[in-house]
Amino acid sequence: MKISKKDIRYVAHLSRIALSDNEEELFVHQLSDILSYIEKLNQLNTDNVDPLVYTTNTFNVFREDALEKPLAIEDAQYCAPSTMGAFFKVPKVIE
Amino acid sequence: MKYEVVIGLETHSELATATKLFCGCSTKFGADPNTQVCPVCLAMPGVLPVMNKKAFEYAMKSAAALCCKIDNYTNFDRKSYYYPDLPKNYQISQNYHNLGVDGFMDIEVKGTVKRIRIHNVHLEEEAGKLIHPEETGADYSLVDFNRAGVPLLEIVSYPDMRTVDEVESYMQTLRKMLLYTEISDCKMQEGSLRFEASISLRLKGVETLGNRVEIKNLNSMKFVIKAIEYEATRQAELLDRGETIDRETRLWDEINEKSVRMRSKEEAQDYRYFPEPDLLPVLIDEKWLSTIKSSIPELPFARKQRFVSEFKLSDYDANLLIEDKVLADFFEECVRGLNRPKILCNWITNDLLREAKERKLEIGQLKVKPAQLVSLVEIVEKGTISSTTAKEVFIEMIQTGKDPQKIVEEKGLIQISDEGLIGSVIDKIISGNPGVIDDYKKGKKNALTFLVGQVMKETKGKANPKMVNELLKGKLDV
Ligand SMILES: [Zn+2]
Repeated sequence: MKISKKDIRYVAHLSRIALSDNEEELFVHQLSDILSYIEKLNQLNTDNVDPLVYTTNTFNVFREDALEKPLAIEDAQYCAPSTMGAFFKVPKVIE
Repeated sequence: MKYEVVIGLETHSELATATKLFCGCSTKFGADPNTQVCPVCLAMPGVLPVMNKKAFEYAMKSAAALCCKIDNYTNFDRKSYYYPDLPKNYQISQNYHNLGVDGFMDIEVKGTVKRIRIHNVHLEEEAGKLIHPEETGADYSLVDFNRAGVPLLEIVSYPDMRTVDEVESYMQTLRKMLLYTEISDCKMQEGSLRFEASISLRLKGVETLGNRVEIKNLNSMKFVIKAIEYEATRQAELLDRGETIDRETRLWDEINEKSVRMRSKEEAQDYRYFPEPDLLPVLIDEKWLSTIKSSIPELPFARKQRFVSEFKLSDYDANLLIEDKVLADFFEECVRGLNRPKILCNWITNDLLREAKERKLEIGQLKVKPAQLVSLVEIVEKGTISSTTAKEVFIEMIQTGKDPQKIVEEKGLIQISDEGLIGSVIDKIISGNPGVIDDYKKGKKNALTFLVGQVMKETKGKANPKMVNELLKGKLDV
């Protein structure tokens, strides 16, 4: 399956990543290759096979509405790249 | 206007569970930032969500209350979008198998009942809260994840509404349903009930729908109405000029009272929904569903109609009572104790509501209990106290929570029904007011009212007013 530069730009936009011209070129080829490879699966006849979403035959797993201890702030923020007081700090959000 | 306004509403309601949808963090409003978070709702690597059963059942309950079809199979899907209030970069929601579909809710506008169809009801997780610093030039935003993962119910109506009155009634009816079923506390100021409107216009008589505009950021019911009125006018002006309406999302600017473009259809989100592999699907059997259905109380609209037919209350009175489930329950408990619906309704809708409002209390927080109000009405009917005294006793009941009999005894408020005693007071008043007696004999009606008032004053309001009236007339009309 051949994908276009337009597709690459669209996917990059959805993922909020900026790509250089060279990268766009690179990913057009790489993603096309990957999709072509996966496309082999279409050669299988699945006419009599039901779609499978979940691989275990298990249903209805619930928890009770019971309180559990929250994380301490220092643990919650341990891996955060940036914080301010008790908040997580992120680049300015524009609507 | 030559156009018909077509309106649909999306409602988001935070569910009244103690904990979040997929973890045991508290949902309590107003806590310090990031004190109600854990690895699950912060989306740390390797964590697994586990569904809160109560939240799921609340969602079932609302779908059932909205007369939706509830399939025996439902599952959850990932809705992908990147926004810093969403720690996983996707929201767990429902798309392919919504919990409830094709329901309806009846609303009433000026005495006419209209059925609004419900497209679907589904369960999802709430996002965190973004704080934009007020300092100018700040290049950052702050995130508080306390709300992230709170169970959120989404109710999507069909575009079946045509006027703002219908929208108002829909919002109120839905709100009351959520309160009656105790699914949500519906506190709009805390964001636990939110609306988004979609509006399109079409020439009257035309069937095809016009391009619809969605409006977000409607923080109160008042803004919903204002935004719809604004948007209908804006679209009508564009159409009148021969322009077309862009299918877009607009934000309501509550300060300038206008809607502003947020994004157009071309920039529309591509959510790439796919089934959430971390949550197992849910099978709903008949038994479970019927247990949930039987937990739905009589809903406000049905209750109002019953109050009118069963207790012969006016539509107005019945509406006042059903406005708040606790109030309606209070009333019904009173009526079970004493079959005087109208009198009890008056006490509740006038005195009780006024006192609650003055004290800024919820009905449930008032000290007076239904059995005590019943006793109060009973002792008035028996003639132990006058209705004037009863008002005074009622205030005392509100303040102290004491039984009315006790207050009457303690304060010596028992009504004087002793003919001799009242007679002697009357004689005193008559001899002290010769001018008024003359007026009365000349036919001045309010002279009698004045004299009755004097007798009541003399007896500190304790004389039986009916007896005062009769005895006074008897003495004057000789
Ligand atoms: Zn959590």
